[in-house]
Amino acid sequence: MPKIIYNDFSGNQKEIEVPNGLSVMEGAVRNNIPGIDADCGGSMACATCQVYVKEEWLNKLKKMENGEQDMIDMAYEPKKNSRLSCQLIVSDELDGLEVTTPLKQS
Amino acid sequence: MIHTDVVIIGSGPVGLFAVHQLGIIGLKSEVIDNLDRAGGQCIELYPDKPIYDIPAIPVCTGKELTKNLLEQIKPFKTNFHFNEKVQEISNERNNWIVKTSKDKIFKCSNIIIAGGVGSFEPRKLALKNIEKYEGKKIFYFVSNKNKFKDKDVCIFGGGDSALDWAIELSQIAKVNLIHRRSEFRGSKHSFQQVKELEKKNKLKIQTPYQLKKLEEKNNKLILTLEDDKDNSVTVETDYILSFFGLIMKLGPIVNWGLNLENKHIPVNGENFETNKKGIFAIGDICTYPGKLKLILSGFHEAALATRACFKNARPNEVYKFEFTTASKEIHDRLGITKKD
Repeated sequence: MPKIIYNDFSGNQKEIEVPNGLSVMEGAVRNNIPGIDADCGGSMACATCQVYVKEEWLNKLKKMENGEQDMIDMAYEPKKNSRLSCQLIVSDELDGLEVTTPLKQS
Repeated sequence: MIHTDVVIIGSGPVGLFAVHQLGIIGLKSEVIDNLDRAGGQCIELYPDKPIYDIPAIPVCTGKELTKNLLEQIKPFKTNFHFNEKVQEISNERNNWIVKTSKDKIFKCSNIIIAGGVGSFEPRKLALKNIEKYEGKKIFYFVSNKNKFKDKDVCIFGGGDSALDWAIELSQIAKVNLIHRRSEFRGSKHSFQQVKELEKKNKLKIQTPYQLKKLEEKNNKLILTLEDDKDNSVTVETDYILSFFGLIMKLGPIVNWGLNLENKHIPVNGENFETNKKGIFAIGDICTYPGKLKLILSGFHEAALATRACFKNARPNEVYKFEFTTASKEIHDRLGITKKD
């Protein structure tokens, strides 16, 4: 099962096995990873599941749809490597993906 | 004081269907919502996105669903109290007293919380000490545009609110529209208008910049903006308008003595009553084993919770289960009784 590495803002790191097909957001919520609110439940409508993706992984991710970039406009302190974790679907290719949650989501 | 059987908090799809379910069993309800219109997340978050899992409706948008739900509850002539938030609740001899932010007081035997993920509030700017400027120099909505006449106004955001207010205020103020990227998600037409105004020097567009620092000097705000390559510029302004959409906050609900579990209200799976008798929670805000955050699950929860409300509202009557196809009483309530 692919492992996803979640860092929180204060530097704590957790490596979690997330089944293929789940989103990085769901992997976090199911495992009580702090820092992801996911208020809208994964419908790309709230920007409270923002994560910063480790640079080396950015190109390996599926490209952003327009809607995702639009939502990131509203996220808390968006950066160049911001993604919505509800839109990152776990697969074998993403084994080892490392993301960091922002200080807060809103 | 307003007397009613049930106060419904939240006018999203589930709150609206609760009005319907109460209406057909002959109970009165009053609806309170923090926003200025009904629809909740359907209207605020995905008005134009298609929904595919409402039973018997192959596809409809959030806007259409809301419109149809409002149509369906028309016969009950329910009062909506918009732009109001429930602040306090208290118990008085088997009744609940509900007090809103506009000091309206309701007396009811039941409360149904259909509050979604919480009440919608403007997303605030992410800077320290921002509070001392909010409502004075920083605004999340415009209540009186004349305040900005002949002033420097920095507008942040890339959506329609930012574009629309940039266009509107460019007629009376010196507008600087600032956004983190050069694309705007607002309507193309508004964006073109903004571009034309920029050509005519009627406003300024600054992209890709984000607000990094804020200071005050001689009654002016000094903003430090940073682009994505960490280059910074300084801008002086009288006011900031910030339009980063809405965020959901649980708000005063957390003070009502209800059990809370990770921002959700645990309820029983039989009638969705909370740990307080006569207070029910339905839709996205409630949780119980097996809970699904679907609109259709919320509708089911509304049907069951409202029947439980009947027992509290009419303790001396027996609830009689009836179908809308056949019940004359229900037809009367819906105003569709044929006259002989």
